[in-house]
Amino acid sequence: MEKIPVVELKNLTKRFPGVIANEDVNLTLFEGEVLALLGENGAGKSTLMNMLVGLYRPDEGEIFIKGKKVDISSPQDSMALGVGMIHQEFMLVGNLSVAENIVLGLPDLEIRPPFAKINKKLIELGKQYDLNIDPTSIIDNLTVGEQQRVEILKLLYRGANILILDEPTAVLTPGESKELNKIIKKMLSEGKSAIFISHKMNEVLEFSDRVQILRKGKSVGTRETSTITKLQDIAKLMVGRDVLFSLEKGEYNPGDIKVEIKDVSIEYKKSVRPLLNHINLQVRAGEIVGIAGVAGNGQQALSEAITGLRKITSGSININNKDMSNKTPIQIINMRVSHIPADRNKMGIVGDMSVGENLSMKKYRTEELSHHNIINKALIKIFANKLINTFTIKTPTQYTNAKFLSGGNIQKTILAREIDSCKGILIAVYPSRGLDVGATETVRMSIIKQRDNGTAILLVSEELEELQMVCDKIAVMFEGRIMDIMDTKDATTEKIGLLMAGVERGEM
Amino acid sequence: MRFVIEKRNERSKRMQILVPLVSLVISALLGSIVLLFCNANPLQTYAAIINGAFSSPMRFQYTIAKMIPLLMCGLSVGIAFRLRFWNIGAEGQYVMGVIGITWVMQFWTWLPAPLLLPIGILMSFVFGGIWGGIPGALKANWKVDETLVTLMMNYIAIGIAEYLYISAWKAPKGNMGTVKYPEVAWIGRMWGKIHYGVIIVLILVVVLYFVLYKTRWGFELNMIGKNSEAARCQGVSIKRNIIIAMLISGGIAGLGGGINSAAVTHCLTSGVNSGYGFTGIIVAWMSGLNPFISVLVAIFLAALQTGSDALQITMNLPSSMSGVLQGLILLPLLAGNIFIDHRLKIVNKKEVI
Repeated sequence: MEKIPVVELKNLTKRFPGVIANEDVNLTLFEGEVLALLGENGAGKSTLMNMLVGLYRPDEGEIFIKGKKVDISSPQDSMALGVGMIHQEFMLVGNLSVAENIVLGLPDLEIRPPFAKINKKLIELGKQYDLNIDPTSIIDNLTVGEQQRVEILKLLYRGANILILDEPTAVLTPGESKELNKIIKKMLSEGKSAIFISHKMNEVLEFSDRVQILRKGKSVGTRETSTITKLQDIAKLMVGRDVLFSLEKGEYNPGDIKVEIKDVSIEYKKSVRPLLNHINLQVRAGEIVGIAGVAGNGQQALSEAITGLRKITSGSININNKDMSNKTPIQIINMRVSHIPADRNKMGIVGDMSVGENLSMKKYRTEELSHHNIINKALIKIFANKLINTFTIKTPTQYTNAKFLSGGNIQKTILAREIDSCKGILIAVYPSRGLDVGATETVRMSIIKQRDNGTAILLVSEELEELQMVCDKIAVMFEGRIMDIMDTKDATTEKIGLLMAGVERGEM
Repeated sequence: MRFVIEKRNERSKRMQILVPLVSLVISALLGSIVLLFCNANPLQTYAAIINGAFSSPMRFQYTIAKMIPLLMCGLSVGIAFRLRFWNIGAEGQYVMGVIGITWVMQFWTWLPAPLLLPIGILMSFVFGGIWGGIPGALKANWKVDETLVTLMMNYIAIGIAEYLYISAWKAPKGNMGTVKYPEVAWIGRMWGKIHYGVIIVLILVVVLYFVLYKTRWGFELNMIGKNSEAARCQGVSIKRNIIIAMLISGGIAGLGGGINSAAVTHCLTSGVNSGYGFTGIIVAWMSGLNPFISVLVAIFLAALQTGSDALQITMNLPSSMSGVLQGLILLPLLAGNIFIDHRLKIVNKKEVI
């Protein structure tokens, strides 16, 4: 069979304020093949595909469909060209039937849609592709896997030839994933093509004919799946290994156990697997334990369980040798546990309050800043100015609302507050995410300084070089489990990359 | 050419002053259109409103007397709104306050006479507080939507009140209304229709300002209202604060009811649901939840009410016109608030953003 490119992306670039989401990306999809887009969170996979379906407009570059240059400015345009996308979040109306959902929003729909005819066509299509969906059933009564098949059916009904699937297996059980794989293979045999977004390597090998790897918005390589012999090569491409700078660090001299997590699980009724699956972990005074993993594999749930923001279903969490399982956030804070939360704007600061007030949000309740429940504004002023100077927070005044600061300075504000109030334990989640080189370095150095002062630190990060540079030990999480814990000197990029992608140690 | 709304880099100080002023002008213009439809001269009508509210000492006193319960309800709602708890139940909490004080006045007759009023006022706070605390507890524990619950509880409170003054607690004479409170337990008058309740409400304004802007608790409420997730991460208990805030919010609305009936109506009777609770929402919103500004807004809205009551006589307009003009005040203000954080930009169609 001669290969005809059905989609060609040429030199696509997309910038968002402050970041380049995609830079100069080329991509070719041939008829009858599955192309896997592999990359970490934030590598630009979804942005790239959103440009292909008209949700974003590229700043530069051209899109060709079946050899013809096209201008796609809306999902309707892409659908007319036969390109359809299944997003991570399904776009279905829960209390309508399958058939109603599928025809919803069609431009040429009659006022009273001829459902008998529509249902017949849907059943035929379903048979053709082994989708096995009853068009009259109500969406809310279907499993997640079935809902996904409805999304596929919807695209097929609307005449899509090129299907884009954004992390389709993230919500599926292993059995459902196999099913999906069969459906995709069937579609290929009918002359359709697919792009498959994923960050799991095993899956990519199973599903795709070719793999294209994105890192930090750029395409870093394409491989025929059949020629991949060593997963390590792909892992290296995906996570990169360019260590930018090294940081000075005192000698590793661990003390008492400050945080001990014993067999902790969190069951979550909305997901197919537990958020945390029998986690065991210890953090000692004067050491930094890093948690590696692709976002969404339980790292945030773990940090929230320790800080009292999320209830655990079993196991126990000991802080300073006291059982602190399922205590309230204030009880944990009173143990002098500091927390740099994952989402700095949503959890870390109150944007509509001043920088000074944000800096005081831990200590306003102490005698240091208030007396007899009355807040002393003069003390806050002095306190805030002191922290603004020590942490070199760039802000017009301490009375400026925090939301007007840059990401780096917002993070410095949080860091200043948490480190100032910290006595012994620090939980830092993605502390340098999205920051520029300078701010990143400040954050990392502050954390190391705390460790040298004897603080027990748990550092969750997506960036391997950060973990390798900063941590004493690295644990890797995948689907709510800790795959392995190792000393940093044994934690090679390849090894962590494989563990992050769910490859068990025995399979390496 | 088309319009695009763009986020400003910081809150515009100029707009914070301009928006209320301009929206007031716009609502006056919108009101004029309605008035023209009713064959009334808008200028004359607005002049008649101002006259009706302020032109004689008696009218001025009447305006201030109306301002007192209105301001109470505005303060009440303002506390809940700080937490983004949409309490639209001040009306019902106010009615429960009246029921509370009436209960004491009518049945706690064993109390020494001088204690009737203070205990009655306290009871109005407690009754209102319970009526506010219930939706607070429902929201805090089970995330029950507060808008619906507070709204529905208004009608329950009004229903209970009706049952009481038409049947259970009805005075032997007449066909509705409870027995008048003993005269020793009335709130006295200071100047004409203005009673000592005005002192209570002004003290309350100062106390609330202090609590909301200077204390740890006020700081926590501020954090919750502006970013509840961040507040939770800092160890602030959202549940507890919602319930406490709603107990106080409902209590203050109930206090408004208690004071107004001890000073003006002296009994529980029809007309107890006079709409102060709903107009209080406008007070809270227009004042930006600031207690001091609430005083001015409450006077303004009370004047609009007394003034437009006079319209019936002087301009031959239906009495419901007052409600129409009030409603028109809030719309442009709410719509205009967007310009404080955003600016309007005109772009050419060809340009791609």
